Amino acid sequence: MKKDKHTPVIMILLIIASAMTLLPYVWMVLTSLKTYEEAIRIPPKILPEKFQWINYQIIWNKFPFATLYLNTFFVVIATVAGNIVVAAMAAYAFARLKFFGRDLLFIAILGLLMIPGQIFLVPHYQIINSWGLSNTRIALVLPGIFRVFGVFFLRQAFLTIPREMDEAALVDGANHLQIFVKVLIPLISSSIVSLGILIALWTWTELMWPLIINRSLDKLTLSAGLAFLIGEHTTYYEQVMAGGVISSLPVIILFFFFQRYIIEGIAATGVKG
Amino acid sequence: MVALAFLLPLLAGLGVFYFYAFVKNIYYSFTNLGSFGKATFTGLENYLRLFSDPKFYRSLGNTLRYVVIAVPAVVVLSTLNAYLLSRLRILSGVFRTLLFLPAVTMPAAIGILWRWLFNYKFGLINALLGKFGIEPVAWLSDPAVSLYSVSIVLVWALLATQTVIILTGLQNIPAMYEEAALIDGANRRQIFLKITLPLLSPTLFFVITITTINVFQVFDFIFLMLRPATLAIQYASSLVYYFYDRAFIAYEKGYGVAVSMILFLIILLVTVIQFIFQKKWVHYS
Repeated sequence: MKKDKHTPVIMILLIIASAMTLLPYVWMVLTSLKTYEEAIRIPPKILPEKFQWINYQIIWNKFPFATLYLNTFFVVIATVAGNIVVAAMAAYAFARLKFFGRDLLFIAILGLLMIPGQIFLVPHYQIINSWGLSNTRIALVLPGIFRVFGVFFLRQAFLTIPREMDEAALVDGANHLQIFVKVLIPLISSSIVSLGILIALWTWTELMWPLIINRSLDKLTLSAGLAFLIGEHTTYYEQVMAGGVISSLPVIILFFFFQRYIIEGIAATGVKG
Repeated sequence: MVALAFLLPLLAGLGVFYFYAFVKNIYYSFTNLGSFGKATFTGLENYLRLFSDPKFYRSLGNTLRYVVIAVPAVVVLSTLNAYLLSRLRILSGVFRTLLFLPAVTMPAAIGILWRWLFNYKFGLINALLGKFGIEPVAWLSDPAVSLYSVSIVLVWALLATQTVIILTGLQNIPAMYEEAALIDGANRRQIFLKITLPLLSPTLFFVITITTINVFQVFDFIFLMLRPATLAIQYASSLVYYFYDRAFIAYEKGYGVAVSMILFLIILLVTVIQFIFQKKWVHYS
């Protein structure tokens, strides 16, 4: 393919699509820098007279962003770590070991992906409650560790590694645990990173479970806590917008750094689905 | 034995949080479980109530509306976006990054920015419509409109991930097919319809399945954008929202669980139907 004479048309269409995506964000940032009077001016004024950075300070003091970010940080790290350990071990068994009923068990677990998560919410609530763990950060981590997506994702990764790698190690006298930890895990490390980022993203955006199990604001993740911000402080639009920026900008910046892994991970869900 | 050791953590977790929970969920749907963990067996009462509950039927109807509106919109627009990205040889990465942003934004933040755009008095959307002489629309409080406002945000948010998945599908199609067709004198539209789309059909099937399942479970934007206990939210309520409303607002957990069982059966049915019909249009190479 040489020169594509449609390039300008394609470019214009993509600029329109990107503008539709970006405009809400831009408007949020602009509003967050206005005074209240500017924010509610009719017709709207695009740029603020003077950037009101104070809005950020006000909302930061009004709303426990620091606590929510810390909770989120803890929940994301713990969920990602737990999920990777559990999934990688199981994936190793499914990819490398022979045992009775393996394929049937694998299909049964595959079936779980089709079940809507809401089915489990009330039972999860009852279980976590009966363990006395409601309103704790642990409650936010527990069910999420056992998401089964990682089992498929990492099994697939293990299957791309030639068996000769394990056999060579077996001949050298290594046991399964050593092969798993020392030989195979390093070889699939990029898949593990992709999985970790996907799970971080899912945990980061999770809304209903934290909302149900933890009722006090200081035990919530940002995703659920922010719902309270919407409910309580709706009068001062410019402050709410500053809150929106505080809760979305850090991850957008992280995304720019890690986008290769994120996009690869997302793409892999499609290819392997 | 070794296998069991490797599987133990997963099986223990699945045993408690999925298999036990699933059985428990079925059981609860036949009880009057309320706010304090005590459940009395009430037989089919919840299901009988369900079938004569107008709010349930409305939520079911709304859910189907969301599916009919949002799934085709997401599939068509994400295919278009992905196709445009795949045709562009410069700046394609920049556009891809921008289009992906909603996927890394938490629903509550998306709710915040769209509520502001949809604001009746001060919102940007009504201001723009006003420029064309169109009367302001009560996007979030008019019961006749709220479902469509939620759909717009839903499509906007779901597009991001699906665009990336379809783009990867397009990039996995060997260029030689299209080049051969170009040499044979086919035009772009013929190539897209006769070659690209059929080769892309496994990816499209995946995207349609996932998007359908996602939209069937719409909850976040209804909850985040519409005021609780208003007509606007009742007329936009989905099955999952009604489940949440019954189980965790009204504390009728047994009844809420019955709603979730219906959702489960519907999704199962739709997934099975999609898998049966895929033979007619999906081409695996």
